[in-house]
Amino acid sequence: MIDFIRLRAVIRKELLQFRRDSRSLALAFVLPLLLLIFFGYAITWDVKDIRMAVVDQDHGARARDLVSAFQAAGRFTLVAAPPRTSDIGLLLDRGTARLALVIPPTFSADLGAGRVAEVQAIVDGSDANTATIALGYTRAIVQQFGAQLLSSTRNPVPPVDARMRVWFNEDLSSSNMIVPGLVVLIMMIIAGLLTSLTIAREWERGTMEQLASTPVSRLEVVFGKLIPFLVIGIVDVAVSSVAGIWIFHVPFRGSVLFLIGPTILFLVGTLGLGLAISAGTRTQLLASQVGMQATFLPGYLLSGFMFAIDIMPLPLRLLTYIVPARYFLVVVRGVFLKGVGPEVLWPESVLMLLYAAGTLGLAVRAFKKEIT
Amino acid sequence: MIARDKRERILGLARKELLEVFRDPNLLRIVVIAPVIQLVVFGYAVSTDVHRVSTFVVDQDHSADSRNLTQTFFASGYFRFVGASERPRDLVEAMNRGRALVGLQIPRGFEKEGARDEAAVQVVLDGTNSNTATVAMEYAQRIIQNWAIEHANAPTPPVELRERAWFNPALRSRDYNVPAVIGNVLMILSLMLTSLAVVRERELGTLEQLMVSPLTPGELIVGKTVPFALLCLVDAVVITAVALVWFHVPFRGNVLILVLASVLYLVSTLGLGLLISTFSSTQQEAVLTSFLLIMPLMLLSGFMFPVTSMPAVFQWLTLANPVRHFLEIDRAVFLKGAGFMALWRQFLALALIGVSVLMLAARRFHKTTA
Repeated sequence: MIDFIRLRAVIRKELLQFRRDSRSLALAFVLPLLLLIFFGYAITWDVKDIRMAVVDQDHGARARDLVSAFQAAGRFTLVAAPPRTSDIGLLLDRGTARLALVIPPTFSADLGAGRVAEVQAIVDGSDANTATIALGYTRAIVQQFGAQLLSSTRNPVPPVDARMRVWFNEDLSSSNMIVPGLVVLIMMIIAGLLTSLTIAREWERGTMEQLASTPVSRLEVVFGKLIPFLVIGIVDVAVSSVAGIWIFHVPFRGSVLFLIGPTILFLVGTLGLGLAISAGTRTQLLASQVGMQATFLPGYLLSGFMFAIDIMPLPLRLLTYIVPARYFLVVVRGVFLKGVGPEVLWPESVLMLLYAAGTLGLAVRAFKKEIT
Repeated sequence: MIARDKRERILGLARKELLEVFRDPNLLRIVVIAPVIQLVVFGYAVSTDVHRVSTFVVDQDHSADSRNLTQTFFASGYFRFVGASERPRDLVEAMNRGRALVGLQIPRGFEKEGARDEAAVQVVLDGTNSNTATVAMEYAQRIIQNWAIEHANAPTPPVELRERAWFNPALRSRDYNVPAVIGNVLMILSLMLTSLAVVRERELGTLEQLMVSPLTPGELIVGKTVPFALLCLVDAVVITAVALVWFHVPFRGNVLILVLASVLYLVSTLGLGLLISTFSSTQQEAVLTSFLLIMPLMLLSGFMFPVTSMPAVFQWLTLANPVRHFLEIDRAVFLKGAGFMALWRQFLALALIGVSVLMLAARRFHKTTA
């Protein structure tokens, strides 16, 4: 069915085309490195330098202790200390402060009398994520402050000791989370988006007719276009993995050998999808737009790369099951961080195998060599 | 007379450009539908709220207290029960397979030791998603602490914190994200459309035909970008409507301010698209170069990652990013109802970026085509 001499000829033609378009080739390698650097250095979920305003109506020593506890925590920057609570509105409106702490006039007196003293935190909720984290820090500081007060008077041991242990990414570093995910995302861009252009380009330039007049079969064209991209994809995975391990010290706990199999399956599946899109669309403008929706966006949003699938609404969660990046991400994170192998990751591998077979079939079918 | 000729030439080109988009029903469909899909998917997926986290329980105590704590844990809504066992090995298995992200382990003797104030509970978290793990850890700690206060006669903390969030009282991250998604979707669309539309003419050789027509390069640029600007503005209206109707994002500000900001914003993103087109000779190159720009523009905009948490160098870089300024206007108009007085800096920045990008693109365009 496949004649290897003809297949080799198609591959050579594709490689030649890529070599002549040296800029594309360079970009295919620069893009992953650039993404790694941006994600690794510039971007973090951590919240630092929370601008805080304090309205201290108490002026007592205890109130000052509380404020210095906030300053000592290192995450808050005191930017204003207005005398009245009515000033808070303006500070939050302008964004001068993100959080305002109000210590009411009875604070010290309540504490002295053994009553529960109250503190108020007002947060700018427009950035809900930052606000939640900032409130979390505030809560922790107030709780600790309270515990210290207690320990000076009563039993210092909390009745239930909640021990927290984090597995797989012990210091909760965000680059350990992002780098393995990035490998998946880059593959989606390179493999899915780039291939979605290749057959459309032949249509647009009219070279499809030339290809059609040759004895090359459908399967040979599809595989001939697939293999060069597969090679680029594998090199890209290797480059970004090594860069992640060297630059960002992401642990690699599993077996490199096992990772190769699922990587090829995932790449073939994604390449097949790209080719199917390409064969179906006929213009590169359209192909790139469809490619965006079908490869990059799901890879970015629905794979669990940044946003946990668990918390999505049901329709979206169901949608993630047809996103191959979801399975590959489980494999990559599993191998990098958990150090697990085929004994755990075989269901994902099988699903990716099915996916690859499906998209390849789709690509061959969508690619009608006959010119109508 | 000359002005009229000029106008007719530009209109002619603009009509040709629109014809090309409308002639391809698939392209039209994707230009209108894709942004809506993107908005909906982004709007639901981009959420940093943590709830329903899959949780596995290992209760080795089997006491009233341990059951009660487990119940309280799940009643919060932050955690979702996925399984239970007596053997810690099963927890390891569930975590390895990714079936559970959190494990709650209550050791034997929990109730007995609780009477002597020595009880311990272990919470195990899957750190591969560091963000979820951080927030889930905080919730778990709080739930257990509160439970201890109620059931294990812990002393009430002497200081009580009252929390209030302004502008977004329920702390829904969606209200903050959806307006930002609008900005990003517009950027992706306008950037890719213009860059590809121009490069296609170059790749197919029809750009030369345009060059020998009486169109001046300036007219060519205007005629090429205005149709896309109009398309993108229509898209902006459609997706804003979807944001309001579907996601119920509050809109507290002035529509006119938003329209003005959108026009200025599109000038810079279309300009960037044009700039990319002058650097690319094939559409494949244009797509790759677009990505080279789209990713940093998106990541350094404050869309998902707060600008204030970035290293200083990157914070400076964001000042040159039109997306950052547009998002600030967009969010302030939607959520805070901010007026022009509060936002003039962002407007000035958008205008400056737009004009300089467009001028740069025009100059390069002139050189590469002439």
